[in-house]
This record gives sequence, structure tokens and C-alpha cells, in this order.
Amino acid sequence: MELKPGSRWKSVVCDTEVVVVRAPKTPISLECGGQLMVAHAAAKPEGLELSPDHASGSQMGKRFADEGSGIEVLCSKGGAGSLAIDGQALGAKDAKKLPASD
Amino acid sequence: MHTTLLLDMAADAAPDRLALGRRGEGLTFAELQRRARAGAVALAALGGETVAFIGLNGPAMAVAIFASGLLGKPFAPLNYRLSDADLGRLLARTAPSVAVVDDDMLGRLGTPPGVTLMSRSAFDAACMVSSNVELPYVEPDIGVLLFTSGTTGEPKAAILRHSNLTSYVISTVEFLGSDEDEAALVSVPPYHIAGISAVLTGVYGGRRIVHLEAFTPEAWVEEATAEQITHAMVVPTMLGRILDILEARGAGLPHLKALSYGGGRMPQPVIERALRELPHVDFVNAYGLTETSSTVAVLGPDDHREAISSTDEAVRKRLGSVGRPLPTLELEIRGADGEVLPAGQSGEIYVRGEQVSGEYTHKKVVQDDGWFATNDGGWMDEAGYLFVEGRLDDVIVRGGENISPGEIEDVLREHPNVADVAVLGLPDDEWGERVAAAVVVKDGVPIAGDLADWVKARLRSTKTPDVWSFRDALPYNDTGKLLRRQLKVEMGAVGQSSPAT
Repeated sequence: MELKPGSRWKSVVCDTEVVVVRAPKTPISLECGGQLMVAHAAAKPEGLELSPDHASGSQMGKRFADEGSGIEVLCSKGGAGSLAIDGQALGAKDAKKLPASD
Repeated sequence: MHTTLLLDMAADAAPDRLALGRRGEGLTFAELQRRARAGAVALAALGGETVAFIGLNGPAMAVAIFASGLLGKPFAPLNYRLSDADLGRLLARTAPSVAVVDDDMLGRLGTPPGVTLMSRSAFDAACMVSSNVELPYVEPDIGVLLFTSGTTGEPKAAILRHSNLTSYVISTVEFLGSDEDEAALVSVPPYHIAGISAVLTGVYGGRRIVHLEAFTPEAWVEEATAEQITHAMVVPTMLGRILDILEARGAGLPHLKALSYGGGRMPQPVIERALRELPHVDFVNAYGLTETSSTVAVLGPDDHREAISSTDEAVRKRLGSVGRPLPTLELEIRGADGEVLPAGQSGEIYVRGEQVSGEYTHKKVVQDDGWFATNDGGWMDEAGYLFVEGRLDDVIVRGGENISPGEIEDVLREHPNVADVAVLGLPDDEWGERVAAAVVVKDGVPIAGDLADWVKARLRSTKTPDVWSFRDALPYNDTGKLLRRQLKVEMGAVGQSSPAT
């Protein structure tokens, strides 16, 4: 999967959607709920189920990052599945709240 | 990432929250999204490759930003305060385009070739039409075309891509991180980068935006009070005038939590007065450029409080700094040969990061390695606080010595009889340039010799102005930028200078 910055992906087993903020340096698989995510515009394959090992949920507005591959995604729609790359859970990034400047 | 996704997320998660306008008559996020879609359908029918906007602040401006984004067309807000001829020239540069124009400004524009005009009232009406038209997805590219203020020449059209803008928003604002009762008062005009970023960060953060059509200090104070404004951004010239009104009326701003300022040099006496008179407010100094999608460094509330109450001279001085660079970008001070300078040394400010576009329609000025030369001079202290000295074009070169006008202005501003001051270089046969000062005095008879001694005692003789001009006011544009070039021409041409001694 080509995880270009700005590209959008959706879960095939829940409502989760993400947008890629930073591309990975190495090819990786982006998964949600234990299943490979598909391009936002693609049709969802039928019959796949949420894996109980990847069901802690994803929250809208949270950013997720992986230091190893360098990928960062923004969750643009929350869902029941949790995000992972190559089977490894993706950690939520702590939002560093800056003083409002606009 | 697309700027419209920011709105889609907010509308999805908080459809009924107020996004824009006054309480009781404002638009919810769902309504803003609906109007942006309807507006996009209407604009699409008129063709053009760019959406120009000529008009006062207000909900239509925010709707138009997202409508343009949905169409994948750059949003190009123009400065309606320009002369008809200058405004016409800028508008022509947007062709082929469609322009949303305030009804009472249409008459100024004639029939520019390649531009389809749509009145603001027609745009507003079109946004109210419910539409089932599916808009095709457009890959995000250029989000905003923003003409620089042109205080140093013909305005340049800076390109801000959706990726620059969204990178800035999601790295500085928490999604729906604002409380529901928060509201931001936006008084910078639509054609200022802060006016654009205020809409984007406000929407993503879930903070209601109240637009002031045009700034006057009276209207600002009244709106802030009536709408229980909690957040606002002002340019330095606005702050002093707001404080004057509050003082005259014996009024406070009890709801205001945070006030940020930027867009020019803040005179130290003004910010000190603001901290004194509004102790409950968090002050934020934000430094940024159009070409960097707004803020690149901030001096936060704690920095302000620490500086004002410190006995350490170095810490106190930070009140005159723009704080520290955002953690999401890199910032360096470089010398004339491009070498990175250590703390304490003045050079040119360079920035690199995803929010930095550094692109104009006629050329890309960002370097291959991503670094953007800001053309601002500055230096950093040992703790990483950035001090901006002003545009490098404004630096005075006297007998081979680089003299920063800001340093001399700061010293003169501390003189009890100086209300406002600008320092600049005038051509000089012997020294190349000589230092000149335009001064507005508070009262009494201006004494050039007295001011010269004041500077000499605090700086050194080469930095002491040789030429003095006393005036009733200094020329500023409407976003608070000193029109240095105009002043230079006036002072050079009029020859109203008098020797310092």
C-alpha cells in the first residue's frame, strides 16, 4: 500500500478512517481491527471481522505514530477497531497543546 | 491532507456546536459544512481556476475558504483597502477566476477580463440552496493564494498548499480541544494570513469564531464584551488603542482568557501596560510569516509572566522576544555566508518544516533541502528565545556597519516624551547611509539634541540618528505594518531634517 502524505484509508471492519500525515520510510501494512485498511474510495470487502486483539478502538482527532517506520496518521473518523502496523499496535501521540496564537 | 477534512471532522463530531457568528444567530458546524458544499456547487458553475474574495470579514469568508477547497481551487482574498487601480491589478492576476465581492465594492472593479464577478449577497443566497449535487473529490494542491502586503514592492502571491495549512493546524491545535463556551474574535482582515489561519484552527479546535467586519477599538471592545469573547488575536497597533478605550470607559474584559499578538513589532511599554491592566489574561506573542502558514515561534503566557516579574535582565528582556520556535519545525540564525551562527549573534532567520511553503507564483524560494530564508534579521539567546530585528531590507548600513533600526527604536520608545518612532537609513555621500529618526512626541517641544543624547548614552554614537523628523503620526497600513518605504521617500524628499545638535 502506498501510504502517501494526505492519502486517506478506511477500516474494513469498523468506521475508522485515517489520513496519512507523514509517510513511512519503509513499506509497511497499515491495519485496523486486525485487517489491512483500504483506500478511502475503494469498496469494502465483505465478510471480514473485527479481531478481538485489535478492538480497543480509535478516536477521532487523535494522531498515531510509529518511530521505527516514521509513519504518522490522523484518525479522521473513530471506530471500534484499533490501529496497527504489521500487527503491532500503533501508539497515540501526545498532543502538545500550544498556546492559542491565531 | 485537505483543509475541508478539518471541517468534515468537526461537523461529524460536533454538528450542533456553534462554529461561526454571534450566539443566537450563529452557524453550527453542520450548517457551515452544508453551506460550503452549496457554495462550492454555485462557484463551480461560474468556472475559473481561482476563487478571489474581496470583502469585509464575516461568515461568508469562512464559507468561501471551504467552498474553494472543496473545488480544489485556490482561495485568494484581496486587500479591498487598496486603491481601485491597485486592487484591479491584483484581481487581474487571479484570472481566470471567479470573484466573490461585497455588493458595495462591485462598482470599483468594472469588468476585468477573465474574472467572473459574483456579489456577496448572491453567494450568500446560493449557499442557502439545498443541493444534492455530488462534488467530485479533488486532490488537494494549492489552498490559498495570499498577496503579501507589498510594503517593500509589488505584492507577491504566496502559495500555501493544503498540506502546509493542515500541517500547521493539526500540529498546533488539538481536535475539538476548546470548551464549548469559548469564542475567538477575529479582527485581522480576510487577506491577512492570521485571518485565514484563525478560521482553520478555530474550526478544527471547535472554537466559535466571531468576525469583526473592520477593526475599530470601540467596536472590538463592544463585540468582545457582548459575545463574551475568550480568545483574540490583534496586531500591535490595535492593542494600545484597545487599552485606551478600556481605560476611558473604566471597563475590563472579564471573559477574555487569552490574547495573542503578532504581525509586527510590539512596543515594550504597550505589552507591559497590557500585562498590568489585564492580569487575568494569557498573552501570547506569535511570530510568523505568510510564507510559513502563520506562526513559527511563540512567547507563551508563562514566558510573559516570568519576564515581567523577573529581576534578571536577560529574562526581563525576553518580553521583547517572540519566544521559542514551535517544536514541529527547525529554526536557525545564519550569517552572510550561510553559516549557522551561535546564540547571541545576529543574522538571518531561516525556518524549515511542513508548514513552510516558501513559494510564490513566480518562483520557489525555499531551498532544495527545505530551508526558507525569511529575510528577517534576528538572534537567539542562550535559552533559545528568538529576537526579531526586522526586515533585512530595513537594516541600515552606515560606513560598513550593520545597524538594526529596531534596536534604536526600542531605546527611543523608552524616552518619556516619545509616543511613536521609526528609524531608517537615508542615502549619505560619506557613509553610504545615515541614521534618521521620525518621531511622534507626546507633548511639549521636540528637542532633537535631548533625544540624541538619550540614544548616545544607551547605545553608541554610530547608532545615534543624525537626522530627526518630528511628525503628528507615522504611516501604517491597516494591518499595523509601518510603511517604512513611504516614510523614507517622504523624509528624503522633503528635506525637513534638522541637525541633531
